[in-house]
Amino acid sequence: MTEQKIRVLLAKPGLDGHDRGIKVIAAAFRDAGFEVIYTGLRQTPQMIVDAAVQEDVDAIGVSILSGAHMTLFPAILDELKERKAEDIILFGGGIIPDDDKAELEKLGVSKIFTPGAPTEEAIQFLKCEVEARKEQ
Amino acid sequence: MSLLERFDEGEIRALSKIVSLIENREEGYEDTLGHLYRKIGNTVRIGVTGPPGAGKSTIVNRLVHQLLKDDKRVGVVAVDPTSPFTGGALLGDRVRMNEFPIDGSFYFRSMATRGEVGGLASSTDNVAVAYDAFGFDVTLIETVGVGQVELDIIDTCDVVVVAVVPESGDAVQTMKAGLMEIADVFCVNKSDRPGSARIVADLRMSLELGNQSRDWWKVPVVATQAVKGENIDGLLEKILLYLSVARESGEFERHRRQQLEKKLWALLQDQITKEMQDKLSKMARIDQIVDNILNGNSDPFSASRELFQKWTDSVS
Repeated sequence: MTEQKIRVLLAKPGLDGHDRGIKVIAAAFRDAGFEVIYTGLRQTPQMIVDAAVQEDVDAIGVSILSGAHMTLFPAILDELKERKAEDIILFGGGIIPDDDKAELEKLGVSKIFTPGAPTEEAIQFLKCEVEARKEQ
Repeated sequence: MSLLERFDEGEIRALSKIVSLIENREEGYEDTLGHLYRKIGNTVRIGVTGPPGAGKSTIVNRLVHQLLKDDKRVGVVAVDPTSPFTGGALLGDRVRMNEFPIDGSFYFRSMATRGEVGGLASSTDNVAVAYDAFGFDVTLIETVGVGQVELDIIDTCDVVVVAVVPESGDAVQTMKAGLMEIADVFCVNKSDRPGSARIVADLRMSLELGNQSRDWWKVPVVATQAVKGENIDGLLEKILLYLSVARESGEFERHRRQQLEKKLWALLQDQITKEMQDKLSKMARIDQIVDNILNGNSDPFSASRELFQKWTDSVS
């Protein structure tokens, strides 16, 4: 009897300490039946990817409110490539201008959620994306 | 290369995939475990249990640092509860687990209980088998925050640390059955708080009064302040002392045999139950039997005896 659960790692990379948003997401994911691994504040891209590999998660979600998104997202993508773990979905949220958002999604970030996005949207996104990757 | 070959080569991602395979009971997980069982026996398992907020994760974190300093390879399994309502879980033990090497000498996995109520997940023991086969020297297993009766940890570990805090209760609490009886080492954490000396004394008194069937070991009470790393070396020293005394007295070996025997029976029981349910639900109308009991024409005891008879007749 197989019992699969969607596993998501949530982390705050970099130096900003505003973790209210990511805690809201963590609670919403938990209530959606996901297994949420919460790693907390001030994570380096290397720590995040290392944890994601150990926890064998389907996705990594990061919240960046510091403005360093154009550095941190690509660094996480690089790290994923290095660990041959590009199959792990990377998504994120934060105060991110539209131009940067497009750029990041082009680089390989699956989705960026900006302020005001309902949590249900993120839940549906993850369900669909995880399902799609499993079929590949 | 197959997953098992990559596992044998020491690839962390392969270990992670195998842990998931075991945890999700994916097809073939039993064969994989069968393979892993052939090469285990070198890892010592340390269990850390105690009520929520006693500092288990912090204690584990500090113990890991200490063990890594001694050039040990360390694996951790930390269990947190699954929601009985949504099936989801917030696994937060990793928050305390930063600043660790990524050279393969340290591995940490969070597990959700997924419906199990004994303080661990049903596959925690199997995951520890994978750790053992992977070659860790020490596996630390952290339970969910427990009350008084979630004691599965004793069937999974070689040594059990019970962590409590000064607020954990008075002398009567320390004399209660259950959690207080399973400690091989007691840890009074957050010992800078008021009442610490009193609970240490209460625990020692309870241990004196209690069942002293273990003439080969006197359970020590260690006061720590894990957040500052205070006396963690003292705690580890007692844990290691327990292990060496247990080995010398033959208790270590006896305990492991006992655990395996229990596991064997549990697996057999699962198979028999499943087989029996499959067969009996074809041979008998369970809903009618329930009707009979409700109508006062039968009772659960005679009904189950009859069903059991039916089943034994069918297999003989």
